[in-house]
Amino acid sequence: MEKVISAKLYFTVWAALMCLTAATAALSYVNMGALSPVVALVIATVKGSLVVLFFMHAKYIDVKTTVLVIVAGFFWLTILLLMTMTDYITRAWS
Amino acid sequence: MSDSSEALATHELRHHFENMEQQRGASSMGMWVFLVTEIMFFGGMFMAYLAYRYEYFVAWQEGSQHMNFWIGTVNTAVLICSSLTMVLAVLAIQQGRRRLTSVMLAVTICFAMAFMVLKGMEYHEHWLAHEFPGSAFHFAGIDPRHVEMFFVLYFVMTGFHALHVLIGIGLVSTMLYMNERGHFSADYHNPIENTGLYWHFVDLIWIYLYPLLYLIGHHHVS
Repeated sequence: MEKVISAKLYFTVWAALMCLTAATAALSYVNMGALSPVVALVIATVKGSLVVLFFMHAKYIDVKTTVLVIVAGFFWLTILLLMTMTDYITRAWS
Repeated sequence: MSDSSEALATHELRHHFENMEQQRGASSMGMWVFLVTEIMFFGGMFMAYLAYRYEYFVAWQEGSQHMNFWIGTVNTAVLICSSLTMVLAVLAIQQGRRRLTSVMLAVTICFAMAFMVLKGMEYHEHWLAHEFPGSAFHFAGIDPRHVEMFFVLYFVMTGFHALHVLIGIGLVSTMLYMNERGHFSADYHNPIENTGLYWHFVDLIWIYLYPLLYLIGHHHVS
């Protein structure tokens, strides 16, 4: 059955997303060197996961094939980014 | 389930599905397959951003100094709020509350338009500062050629994102119209659910564009 989630949970997720946005904006003023982009992207990934899991109902999908589609999508994106970057980064090694 | 909604549910069930549940599952999966192609579409641009940032790091730092941090941050908040109202519209129709659904869809459209207005102001600012790539592009600092490349990717990525916001406004408006015409109920609302998926996906893209363009190296040059 289609899972109906409470409005309360949606407001909680919204509040978390707003807090994380404020946090990442504030942290951009702190110079952490090479860690700065890592922190910004980790926060973005937490926010993105909240959106996909709760707002997009990925956590509540009952059709297994749909879960496979979603996981495959992000898996291929990882291949695209990771494999290409291993090429660029190792070009100067020779 | 009331008699009228049962009749509507039967009416909305396409003949090649066993029941409403199967139809809903198939509809949702179809939307996700489409969204995966969208991930690949934006993925290529994120890949280009990453490769160029790696090769021309200094130019990337320079370029990100010229982003409007406050418009970017406010727009992030605006999109997150629009995602909340969108998901509340889906919840309202799941509960069969048509009136509330229409209100939430209308608020979502307002947030989306606010985003577009702010984005337009930002583009206008860049245009006046000669930061739009092309013959009028002018940059006084170091490595202007690759700073221009940063702006190419900025305009292409945010431009395609803005196009998706516009399409989203069109879809949500269509849902509002159909809902007012009484097309949806607690038993049948797949189009609203799928429009929601599309809208949250647009939000998801912005969640990554925001740190990559506005935050990384904005306040400090290493």
